[in-house]
Amino acid sequence: MNEARDHILKRLRTVRREAPDTGAPSPATGADGETLIARFRAALEAVRGEVHRLRDGDWVGWLARELPARGVGNLLAGTGEIGHTLQAHPIPGVTLHRYDRPVEDWKDALFDHIDAGITGCRGAIAATGSLILWPGPEEPRLLSLVPPLHIVLLDAANLHADLATAIRSQGWAQGLPTNALLITGPSKTADIEQTLTWGIHGPRELVVLILG
Amino acid sequence: MNVPGSMTTLRARVREALGKAPVRRNFRAAMDGIRAKRAAALPDATDFAQRRARAAAIRARALARLPELLERLEQRLEANGIQVHWAEDATQANAIVLDLLHRAGARSVIKGKSMVSEETGLNDALGEAGVAVVESDLGEYIVQLAGEPPSHIVAPAIHKNRHEVAALFQAHHPQREATEDIEGLTAEARQVLRRRFAQADAGISGVNFLVAETGTLVLVENEGNGRLSTSAPPLHIAITGIEKVIERLDELPPLLDLLTRSATGQPITTYVNFISGPRRADELDGPREVHLVLLDNGRARIHADPLFADTLRCIRCGSCINHCPVYVQVGGHAYGSVYPGPIGALLEPQRLGLEAGGSLTSACTLCGACGDVCPVAIPLPGLINQLRAEGVEPRPDSPLPDAGRLRHRGEALLWRLWATIYAHPHRYRWLARLLTALRRLAPRRLGAWTRWREAPRPAARDLHRPGARSGVLR
Ligand code: SF4
Repeated sequence: MNEARDHILKRLRTVRREAPDTGAPSPATGADGETLIARFRAALEAVRGEVHRLRDGDWVGWLARELPARGVGNLLAGTGEIGHTLQAHPIPGVTLHRYDRPVEDWKDALFDHIDAGITGCRGAIAATGSLILWPGPEEPRLLSLVPPLHIVLLDAANLHADLATAIRSQGWAQGLPTNALLITGPSKTADIEQTLTWGIHGPRELVVLILG
Repeated sequence: MNVPGSMTTLRARVREALGKAPVRRNFRAAMDGIRAKRAAALPDATDFAQRRARAAAIRARALARLPELLERLEQRLEANGIQVHWAEDATQANAIVLDLLHRAGARSVIKGKSMVSEETGLNDALGEAGVAVVESDLGEYIVQLAGEPPSHIVAPAIHKNRHEVAALFQAHHPQREATEDIEGLTAEARQVLRRRFAQADAGISGVNFLVAETGTLVLVENEGNGRLSTSAPPLHIAITGIEKVIERLDELPPLLDLLTRSATGQPITTYVNFISGPRRADELDGPREVHLVLLDNGRARIHADPLFADTLRCIRCGSCINHCPVYVQVGGHAYGSVYPGPIGALLEPQRLGLEAGGSLTSACTLCGACGDVCPVAIPLPGLINQLRAEGVEPRPDSPLPDAGRLRHRGEALLWRLWATIYAHPHRYRWLARLLTALRRLAPRRLGAWTRWREAPRPAARDLHRPGARSGVLR
């Protein structure tokens, strides 16, 4: 369909217009770490995200207490550090699965049997309570999407005031992975009578553990 | 395909819509709610004015350099491994999609929301070719089950209440326990559609923004169905209009922010999905192939029209629709077009031609509400009014299809007569005297005008005489 391409571009070239200036991007508001964390927490809790602040090494202990209590029997982790740590510290009553083979080999099991997925993240955005995820070989895309509960470990030092700041300081324009995500709360819909309902297709619950 | 058609067919649809009290209640309630949410999300008028000036400039700048940006986008996408296809019209777009599905041997498709695919009638085309398509956005799924087109570009099933949805679900999922509870219905859709995501051979989605700089498709959604459709099946085909491109990634945040606040009053949606390539060799999931179909379908023609090119700034937030006093009364289906409301009244006549779409411009009171809320400052009321003019008295070189075709000879003659008389003082005075003398003959009924109003009657004395006597008029 190269012909279509040429026709369309030719039609578009029949006019030349002034390209207006778009102005400078708004500067990020300076705020210290604790203010950013407070903002992040408030924004995410407003859309039913669950946020906990823990000391660095305490997250395994938190999971060991909480997962059995929440009825999580099958936990899925990636092949990175988080998975290794969990493997080294088994949680009684919780079976750890590793996302270590192509999804085609176990799609049905992934969709039907996993209760929770745990991932890290590249940081978060305080203004909107959004997590930045760059799925990849160690933490594939569906790990944060298919299980009904998604647990995210967030380093307290990785908070950005807003999306523009995050894009700038993480250098997104220099190269994005095949898939990048902003996640702000559990999956939701208001398609029936504009009534907000949680967990339509993605996770029903989103838990963020802020470390440090 | 959805075409608004003549005034007569539009009127008939409007009459039918006005007769459905429950549907009108559904619309009223939904629109009141959504307007309140938007107002709360954009509380400061000065701040909104500044933000939308910037958003409008970003879109205008992208459109001014559209061919260049599209080429850069194509180059970046292909470098990232995303294959780009160009379609001049709906038929070509559907043929491209079908061909891709055939080559992959795909028989079942799970679909994320895409208004452009509504524009091309993609589901019908796939159905005819024997491909099973399931819409996965909850609203789209509901209207698909009902065999109806979406009645709103953001909230497709806004015209249905829970009881109607419950009846549909019961008819289509008889094996499941009946419920009328919204949470129960949502859970039911989750269960039914989950299997479809796991089994689909291909996912088809729309796109909200294309970023030329990085070669990225940006998708905005709350449900996660968009993410699932684009990452669970082995093949992902995205389809969108050529106008969706922006130049740089740092231009995205201001647009994204206004899009979600304007659409649903949210500071951000649950998911913003940046797709910049298919699965790499070392990755364990994601589609092995990603394709983008870029659709023209009249957009390049609109782009070339200096009067109406601003139409293409639209980011499809639906805010103009939500604030339209006509839409809220008649609902989306009355328009008979793919895009309803003010953006429909502006876009469809240009896309389809004035003969097939021009009647929509009459479904506007020119109240200005749409222009006030549009996050990219499209002067909707003014442009809709100009479109009306193009129907009857077009510019000499108007590129609009069927320009001037709505001209009515009797009406034109009457206006000419009026202009002749009003342009000359003595002719005007003569007419005024004549009308005053014959005032008793003035008709009491003037068609639709006098349904709710009284017919105007000339006064016993025209204003000229007292005016002349007091020296105000000569
Ligand atoms: S015309 Fe403006 S208000 Fe209407 S959908 Fe497009 S961007 Fe939104």
